[in-house]
This record gives sequence, structure tokens and C-alpha cells, in this order.
Amino acid sequence: MNIRLTGILLGILLVFAGLAASIAFGKSMIAMGTVFDAFTSYDGSREHLIVRTVRVPRALMAMMVGACLGAAGSVLQAVTRNPLAGPEMLGSSNGAALLLVISMFLFGYTSSMLHIWAALIGAGLASLAVFMLGSLGGGMTSIKLILAGATVNLLLGSLVQGILIFSEQSLDEMRFWLAGSLTGGSLAMFVKVLPFMLAGLAGALVMSKQINLLSLGDEVAQNLGLKVGFYKAMALLAIMCLMGGAVAIAGPIGFVGLAVPHLARFLVGVDYRWIIPYAAVLGAGLLLLADICARFILPDQEISAGVVTALVGAPFLIYLAQRKGE
Amino acid sequence: MLRSLLRERWIAVVVLLLAANAAILLLSIMIGEFPIPAAEAWKSVFGLGDPAYHFVVNELRFPRSLVAFLVGCGLALSGAILQGLTRNPLAAPGVVGINGGAAAFAVTAIVVFPAMPIAWLPFTAFAGALAAAALTYVLAWRRGSSPMRMLLVGIGIAASTSAYITFWVTSRDIQSVKQAMLWLMGSTYGRTWEHFWPLLPWLLVLYPASLAMARRLDVLKLGDELAIGLGSAVERSRGLLLLICVSLSGAAVAMAGTIGFVGLMGPHIARQLVGESSARLLTVSALAGGLIVMSADLLGRAIAPPIEVPAGIITAAIGAPYLIYLLYRNRKPAK
Repeated sequence: MNIRLTGILLGILLVFAGLAASIAFGKSMIAMGTVFDAFTSYDGSREHLIVRTVRVPRALMAMMVGACLGAAGSVLQAVTRNPLAGPEMLGSSNGAALLLVISMFLFGYTSSMLHIWAALIGAGLASLAVFMLGSLGGGMTSIKLILAGATVNLLLGSLVQGILIFSEQSLDEMRFWLAGSLTGGSLAMFVKVLPFMLAGLAGALVMSKQINLLSLGDEVAQNLGLKVGFYKAMALLAIMCLMGGAVAIAGPIGFVGLAVPHLARFLVGVDYRWIIPYAAVLGAGLLLLADICARFILPDQEISAGVVTALVGAPFLIYLAQRKGE
Repeated sequence: MLRSLLRERWIAVVVLLLAANAAILLLSIMIGEFPIPAAEAWKSVFGLGDPAYHFVVNELRFPRSLVAFLVGCGLALSGAILQGLTRNPLAAPGVVGINGGAAAFAVTAIVVFPAMPIAWLPFTAFAGALAAAALTYVLAWRRGSSPMRMLLVGIGIAASTSAYITFWVTSRDIQSVKQAMLWLMGSTYGRTWEHFWPLLPWLLVLYPASLAMARRLDVLKLGDELAIGLGSAVERSRGLLLLICVSLSGAAVAMAGTIGFVGLMGPHIARQLVGESSARLLTVSALAGGLIVMSADLLGRAIAPPIEVPAGIITAAIGAPYLIYLLYRNRKPAK
């Protein structure tokens, strides 16, 4: 059997193990048997309640959000041909966050479809703005793109803060979400977002062949008979679904989308037909792991998963930046 | 003929900006919850007016606006130097982690050591800015510094500091978090002579220093190879300019928090007005920056009294359309 195929099956198995661990570990440890009982013979006990209402949704969310971030990151790195590109570097996280915060500020903290659309549109618009700003003055060079992303991020970030500052209540409610956290993500929202996330993942996987060509550069791709403009637009659409969905549930979790594609590339080489599925699986696994770690790093309080990923991801980003500037 | 015309245009721009700054300063003194007529405002500034106005003018509005002006000057100057050094029009102290370092230290002070006297906050912030810049410089050093590597590493540092700030913002009680967020937004609320006098020497020293370095900056803008070819000590010039740049933005941020986008907008406006030559660009940037922050401060006070909108929110809100305008204007590849 193909070694890459074996690898990905192994990865999927590991993700399932992570899922189980995420359900079982926490402040109250729950035996695996009890987890199964909670679904097969639910008796309303405290442990069964925890499993059904807290642990299982949280684990599923971590898995899906991680997969989305990984896939979005690899698509972005392919399309921009830039190893420093990550969805959080190029504005889409903060764009989704800004429109979502505005929408929640105006229409209240419900899980309405409106918020999801706001997040999707925000992610799309911000990415588009960064692409355009990055190709100012002819040609999208790597450094211009990254700087444009950083500028737009700063702008969106300060606008989010500006809105939150006017209402202590929304600051209190939103700050955990803004840190990129999987606690308290609502199941209702998750169910509504899931189709978008799945569509984005499916789109990225289906287009992986074309994305692979895009990663060779516009001219080569065109000469190979690819409709470059069309597939770039489709890639942006996929990123919109992936990032909008992920941010709507878990807030802007940083560095996963940046780092995971590198890990995937290290494992399977430069072929994006393999990088994208690997990145999705690895992203899911890593975020599950980060979420479990977040419960144990500080004994008396839970830190958000976004902080854990930043702890590992930020030095990695600086390392990449050093290498890139050679 | 053309030369003299250019020269006149440059001088005209400076005079115009000075006038605009004076006008905004006057308006800032006049407008507020307690309006003051223009004539009285002038008199009070020189200590001649009605004593009833004295406190509002000389203790509240006048020093506050002057602080706003100096902060704007500092940020815009620092942005102009950084854009020249990195040869990139999007570089700004807020983007590459200088402000981030200041913010990280300040937030730590506010949230973790609430007992610390508020007067120490500027020093803490300044130390943070220096630390971030030093870290960037060291991490980007590989047998010589490279502007591009510094930018990329700086963005990395900025991302790290914002993750660090997020950690504290989510783990402490809401009151101190709100205070920290207010500082992060950047505001000149309640700034008085206590803030003005410490800030003034920085600009009085560093602005002439940057002018003295303007020629070297011009040479560096040509690219490292050409600069070396022209006999410039590239590393030393760059190090010195970077130090000036960090000190300016560090001092500004220390006094008023991280007011964003002034370091980006000021130099861009200046470039539109007087072109690339560094000596002019620096002067006009500083004046434009002062104008932006002072106007933002005035607008923030006047827009929805009695609520004061922090100046940082106003500059960010102006920054967004300005970025879009940049996009629009440069939609065709230049040259």
C-alpha cells in the first residue's frame, strides 16, 4: 500500500485517539466505559451530563476547527507561494472576528445565521483586501503581502478593541472568544457552521490538483491550461468558508494555519494533493492536543487553546521569518 | 527656476501645516463641555485672560493638545524613518512590534502589578519598546542586518506580543482588563504638563538628530549595495537611525498608549506633498502626524459628549478608509 495513504490513515486514527482523550481528560477524569454509557444507556448522572453537553461537543469543535485551519493555511501558502502566509497572518481571522463582533454588538449574542454570514464575509473581505494591498505597485512579492497582512490585522484588531471598549459586558463575554477558545462554544452555532466547514474542506480537497498547479506560479499554471483567475477565486471562497466557520466557533486561534502546512510539507514533500489532506488531519490532531494541554498548564484555571498554540507557534514564526530573510 | 519653485512649494507646505496645527490647537482649547470664545482662549494661553478660564485652558486642554501634537510628531517621524530604512511603504512602528513591546510591558504592569504607581507606566512602556526592538535586531542579525529580515522578524515579534497580551486579558478580572484595553487603544485623556515636559526633550533632541541623518537615510534608500558603493557605513547608519526611530515611537507610546496608524499615514501624506527627499519628508511627516493626532483627539472629545472616544479609535477608523484609498490610487501597477 502507498506509504502516504498509510500515513494519513494512521493520522486519522491518532485524531480519533485525541478525540477520546479530549473527552476523557479534564478536571474530572472520566473512564472510557462511562463515555460509551453516556450514549448507549444515558442515566442523567453528572458524569454522563458532562460527557454529552461539554466534552463531546468541545472535542468535535476542536477537531473541526483544527482541520479547517490546517486546510486553509495550506491552500493559502500554495496560492500565495509564500511560506509565511497563514490565514491569521493575512487578515482573515481578524476580518471574521471584526464583522462577527459588530454583528453581535448590534443583534445580540444569539447563534443566529446572521453572525455566521458576518464571519464568512469578514474572512473573505479581509483576505481580498490583503491580496490587493499586497500587490500594490505591481507584483505581489512575499514581503509586501506579509506586511499588508500585518497592517490589515493591526487595523482590524484595533477596530475590534474599539468596539469592545464601549461595552464592558461585551468585553467580558467576548474576550475569551477573542483569545481563541473552545470553552463555551455553542453547540447550536457549531451545527449551523458545520456545513460551511465541510464544504470548505471538500472544496479544498477536490481542488487540490488545481491548487497544486497554482503553487507553481501563475505563468506555469496558465501554460498548463489552468483557468488561473477562476481557481484563485474558488480558493478564496474555500478559505472564506474554512476561516469564517472556524472563527465563528472558536475565535481567532493563531499559528495553527501557519505552522501545520510546514509540518505536512516536512512529512510528504511539496505535492499539495497530499499536503492539504495531511494538513487537515494534523491540524485537527494538534488543536485537540492544544485544547487538552490548555486544561492542565495552569492548575487553578483554564487558559484558552489559542494561547497554547501561540506559545508554540510564535517562536516558530520568528524562526521562519529568520530563514525567509536569507 | 524649477528648483526655486520646488523650494517654495516645500516651504509653503510647512507654513500651511503649521497654520493648520495652530488652528486645530485653538479649536481644541475652545471646544468642549465648557466652551471658550476664541479671543479668551488666546489670552488665557498667555496668562492674560479671564481667570475663570485659566484652569480649563492651562491645566486641561492646552497641555493635553500639546501632548497629542508631540505624540503625533514622534510616531510619524518614527514611521518615516522606518519606511526609509526598510524601503517599504507599509512599515510602521505598530506593525513591526515596537509598539507591541511597549504594550506588552505596559499591560503586564497594569494587570499583574496594579500596585505600581501610574507615573512609572511611561518608563515601563519605553523599556518594552526598546526590548522589542533590540530583540528584533538581534534575531534578524545574520552576518549583517537586512531590512527585510528585520521586518519579518518584527512582524513575528508583534504577533508574539499580541498573543502574550491576549493571555493576560483573558486571565484577569474585568476591571483591570478594561483599564489595560483603554491604554492599548491609545488616548491623550487626562494628559497634562507632567506628560508634556518629559516628552518634549525627546523630540527636541531626536528631531534635529534625524534631520542630521537625513542624507544617510537618503543613501540607504538606494539599497545596501549602492549605499556601500557610495561609501556609506551602512550598518552604523542603520543602527543609529533605528535607535532614533525606536526612541521616538517608544517615548510617544509611553505617554499616550499605542495610537495606531499615525506612523503609517503621516509619512504617506508627507510623501504626497513634498516627495521622497528625507529632510523635507521628515519635517512634513512630523507636522502631519501632529495634526492627525491632535485632530483625532479633538474629534474624539467632540463627537459624542460626554463620552470621550479614545484618539486611537479615531485614527484606526481613519486608517481604514485611508488604506482603501491607497489601494484605489495604486490599483494600476506603478511605472
